[in-house]
Amino acid sequence: MEKISGHFPQIIAMILFTIGLSTLLLHRNLIKKIIGLNIMDTGLFLFITSVGYISDRLAPIIINGNTDPSLYVNPVPAGLVLTGIVVSVSVTSITLSLSYRLYKRFHTLNLDEIYLLAADEEER
Amino acid sequence: MKSNFKDFFSERINGTKDWLEDVGKLDETVTKTHSEIRHTEHLINTLFEVNTPKKEKHVSSSFPISYYISAGICIVVILVVLIATVCSLPEFGVVNSQMKEVSDRYVQSGMKETGAVNAVAGMILDYRAFDTLGESFVLFTALNCVWILLRTNRSSVERYFPLTEDNILVQAAKVSVPVILVYGIYVIINGHISPGGGFSGGAILGAGLILFSEAFGDEIAGKFVTEKRFKVICSAALLFYCLSKAYSFYVGANHLDSIISTGTPGRIISAGLILPLDIAVGIIVCLNMYGIYCMFKKGRV
Amino acid sequence: MPFIINLPFFSVITCLIGAVLCSVFNDRNARRVCVVSIIIVIVFSASVFIQTASDGQYYHYVLGHFPAPWGNELRVGPLESLVCCGFGIILLLSLMGGDEYININVRREKRNRYFVLINLICVAMVAIVYTNDLFTAYVFLEILTLASCGILMIKEIGKTTIAATRYLILNLFGSGLFLFGIFLIYTMTGHLLMENIHEAIVLIVRNGNYDFPLTVACAVICTGLAIKSGLYPFHLWMPDTYAYSTPTSSAILSSFTSKVYIFLMIKIMFRVIGTDVEGMRNVMNIYLLFGLIAIIIGSVSAIKQHNINRMIAFSSTAQIGYIFTAISLSSVSGIAAGIYHIFAHSVTKSLLFISSARIIGVSGKSMAFHDLRGAAKRSPFASLMFTVGSLSMIGVPAFAGFSSKILISSAAAEKENTLSLVILVVLALSTILNTVYFLRTVINIYSTSKDSEKREKLYPEYVFASIMLAVLNIILGCYSVPVIKAITSGIELFI
Repeated sequence: MEKISGHFPQIIAMILFTIGLSTLLLHRNLIKKIIGLNIMDTGLFLFITSVGYISDRLAPIIINGNTDPSLYVNPVPAGLVLTGIVVSVSVTSITLSLSYRLYKRFHTLNLDEIYLLAADEEER
Repeated sequence: MKSNFKDFFSERINGTKDWLEDVGKLDETVTKTHSEIRHTEHLINTLFEVNTPKKEKHVSSSFPISYYISAGICIVVILVVLIATVCSLPEFGVVNSQMKEVSDRYVQSGMKETGAVNAVAGMILDYRAFDTLGESFVLFTALNCVWILLRTNRSSVERYFPLTEDNILVQAAKVSVPVILVYGIYVIINGHISPGGGFSGGAILGAGLILFSEAFGDEIAGKFVTEKRFKVICSAALLFYCLSKAYSFYVGANHLDSIISTGTPGRIISAGLILPLDIAVGIIVCLNMYGIYCMFKKGRV
Repeated sequence: MPFIINLPFFSVITCLIGAVLCSVFNDRNARRVCVVSIIIVIVFSASVFIQTASDGQYYHYVLGHFPAPWGNELRVGPLESLVCCGFGIILLLSLMGGDEYININVRREKRNRYFVLINLICVAMVAIVYTNDLFTAYVFLEILTLASCGILMIKEIGKTTIAATRYLILNLFGSGLFLFGIFLIYTMTGHLLMENIHEAIVLIVRNGNYDFPLTVACAVICTGLAIKSGLYPFHLWMPDTYAYSTPTSSAILSSFTSKVYIFLMIKIMFRVIGTDVEGMRNVMNIYLLFGLIAIIIGSVSAIKQHNINRMIAFSSTAQIGYIFTAISLSSVSGIAAGIYHIFAHSVTKSLLFISSARIIGVSGKSMAFHDLRGAAKRSPFASLMFTVGSLSMIGVPAFAGFSSKILISSAAAEKENTLSLVILVVLALSTILNTVYFLRTVINIYSTSKDSEKREKLYPEYVFASIMLAVLNIILGCYSVPVIKAITSGIELFI
C-alpha cells in the first residue's frame, strides 16, 4: 500500500495511458481513436514530469544567482516534455486533416463503413 | 367598400385555390410519370441484368463479442504490468541519485556557460540544441502534410454562421487581441530570463492570430498575413535557425572559439544565440499554428 | 583534425536547407534542389566511409561545445557511413525511376511539397543512422513517420487516404511505445547518450535492483519498433500502403523506411542495452519466432493475391521476416547477414515497384493478373527488369537474393542446435513458395495475348535508374565477399 501511495502520480499516468489505449482499440469512430492517441501521449508526459520532480524544491530558474543544485528540480524532463507536446500537436493536426478528407469523400467517420465503400469502389 | 374588399379577396382566394388544384394535378402527373419510369428501369434491369442490386451488406455497428473480450483481457494485463513497472521505480518526490550527474551540471554551470538564467532554456537551446532543431522541423513537416491534404482554391467557405457577425466575439476580441499579442512577444523575448521561451510564446502568438482571424474575418486577416509573406517569413526563420546552429555546432566540434559572447546573465540581450533562436522558434511555431488553422478553415493561407 | 570529420553534419544541414528551399521554389527547381541534396549526401557519406575504413576506427563528433553526457553527439564509423551511402543511392534511384509518374500522379501546385517531404525523409535517415543520442533518434523518427505518411497521401484517391490513416495510427502507436521505453530508460539510468546508458545498464544488471522495469523497457521499445517496421502480427498495414500510391512513394516506403527503423533497432539492441540483459535475450527469441512465422505467412498470403502490387507488398512481409530472423541470432555474422539482406532487399524492391508501374501503365492501368497477360510484348524493357527483380527475390545464383540467403543460412548453421535446423527448413520452404508466386507472375507477363503491340515510351531517367538498380543487384550477388567483409569489420566498431 505504501508503494501505491508513494508512486501516486506515476500510477495515474499509467491509468491514463491505458484509458487512451482502450479508446484507440475499442471505438470505431475515427475522431475517438485520435482522442485516444492524445490521451495516451498525455499519460506519458505526466509520467516523465512526475519522474523529475523533487519535493520542496523550486523550478529551475536561477534565483539571485544561487546555482546550488539542491535548490532546484531536475530540468531535463521539462525539455523532453516540450518536444513531446510539439510532436503530439503535429500528429493530431495531420490525423484530423486525414479524417476531414475521408469524411468529404465517404460521408462517414466509421472505419468499417469506409473500408466497405472503398472495396465497392474497387469492384466497380 | 366592405363588399368590394370581400369580393376582391374571395376572387383572389378562389384564384389561388384553382391554381393549387392545377399544381396538384401537375404533381400527380409528375409522380405517375416518375413511377412509370422506375418501373421501366426495373424491367430493363431484370431483363438485361444490368446493375444487379448489390447484396445488402450489413455493416455491424459493433465488434464481435470475442474481440471485446480479448481486447479487455489485453488491456487489463497491460495495466497490471505497467503499474508493477512503475511501482518498482524510485518514489515520487525523492532525489534520484542516477540523474544527478547530468542535471547538476545544467543547473550549476548553466548560467555561466550559456548565459541563460532559465536552466531549461539553456538546456534545450544550447546543450541539446540538435533535438530542438529536429522539433521545429517536425512542425514544418506537419504543415507540409496538411498543405498537401487540404490546399484548394475554392473561394467560398461553408459556414452556417460567420463568426464576424457575433457581436460579443468582436467586441471581446477588440480588447483582448492586442493584449494577447503583446503578452506573446513578452514571453518570447523573456524566454531565457523567466519561464517561457520560443515554443510557449509562439503558441500564444498563434492563438492570438487565430482569434484575430475569427473575429474580424478572412479578408482583413488575409491582408495582414498574405501567402507570400507567410512563405518568406517562415522560410527565413527556418533558414536562420539552421545556419546559426550550423555555425555553433561547427565551431564547437572543431574546438574553435565562437565569436558570440554569452553576455551578463539577467539582461535581455545576453545568453549568446539563445535570444535570436527563441525569436526564430517563436515565429516558426506561430506561423505554423496559424497556417494549419487556415488550411482547415479556408484551404489556403 | 581533418576537415572530413564535419561531412556527416554537413549532410544533415544540406538536406534541411534543401527542404526549406524546396518549399518556396516552383516544382522544376524544387526537383533540382532535391536531387542535388541527395547527391551531396551520397558523396559525403562515401568520402567518410573511405576515410574511416582506411583508418579502421570510429570517432565522436560533438555538436556544440559540450561533450557527452551533457551535449549531443554523432558517432561516425565505417558501417554508419556505408549504410548512409547505400540508402542515399536507393533514395536517388527510386526518385529517378518513378519520375514520370510524379508528373502524372501529383498535381502541379503540390509537386514542390513532395520534394520537401523527400528531403525531410533523407535528413531523418542521415540523423538516425549517425546519432549517438536516444532522444534525437526519437525526434527524427517522428519526422520520418510524418514525412512517409505525406508521400503516401500525395496521390489523392480514396484508397491512399484510407491506407495513410491506418498507417499513421499504427505508426503513432509504435512511436508512443518507443517514447515510453525512452522515458523508462531515462528514469533508471539518468542518461540519454547511448554509451552512458550502456555503462549504467551494466551497473544495474550487476546490482540487480531494476530487473523488472528493464525487461519491460526492452519489450516496449522493441515492440514499438517492430510495429513500425512491419513484423508479423503488425504487418496488416503493409499491403494497402505499398500497393496504391505513386511508384516512387511505394519504392521509398517499402525499401527504405522500414529498414531505417530496423537499423535503429540494431543500434539500440546491441549498443544501448546489449545482450547481457536477460530481458533482451527473451525479446530476441520472440523476434526469431515471429520472424520465422512472418516468412511463411507472408509467402502464403502473397500466393493468394490477384493484384500485382499487393503481391509484391506481401512478399515484403516475408523479407522483413528474413531480416529479423538474421538479426535475432545475435552473432556478428547474423547481424552482418541482416544488414546485407537490407541492402539486397532495398535494391530489389525498388526495381520491382518502378517496373511494375510501367507494366500496369501499358495494360490499361489495371493491376489484376489477367489484364497483365502479354505485357512483355507491350513493354519489353520493363518486363525484363521485373524478371531480374523476381529472379533475385527467388534466390537464383548470381543475384543478390541468393547471396543473402546463403549468408543467413550460414549464420544460422553456426549455432549448431535444433533451432538452426528449423531456420534452414523454413528458408528452404520459403524459397519454394517465393518461386511459386514470382515465377507465376513472370510467366503471366511473358505469355501471349491478343493485345501485343509495343506501346512503351522509354523515359531516360527510368532506364538509367532501373539499369543501375539491376547492376547493383548483380554486383551484390557476384561480389558479395568484399561487401560482407566491410560490413563485418564495421559491426565490430559499431557495437
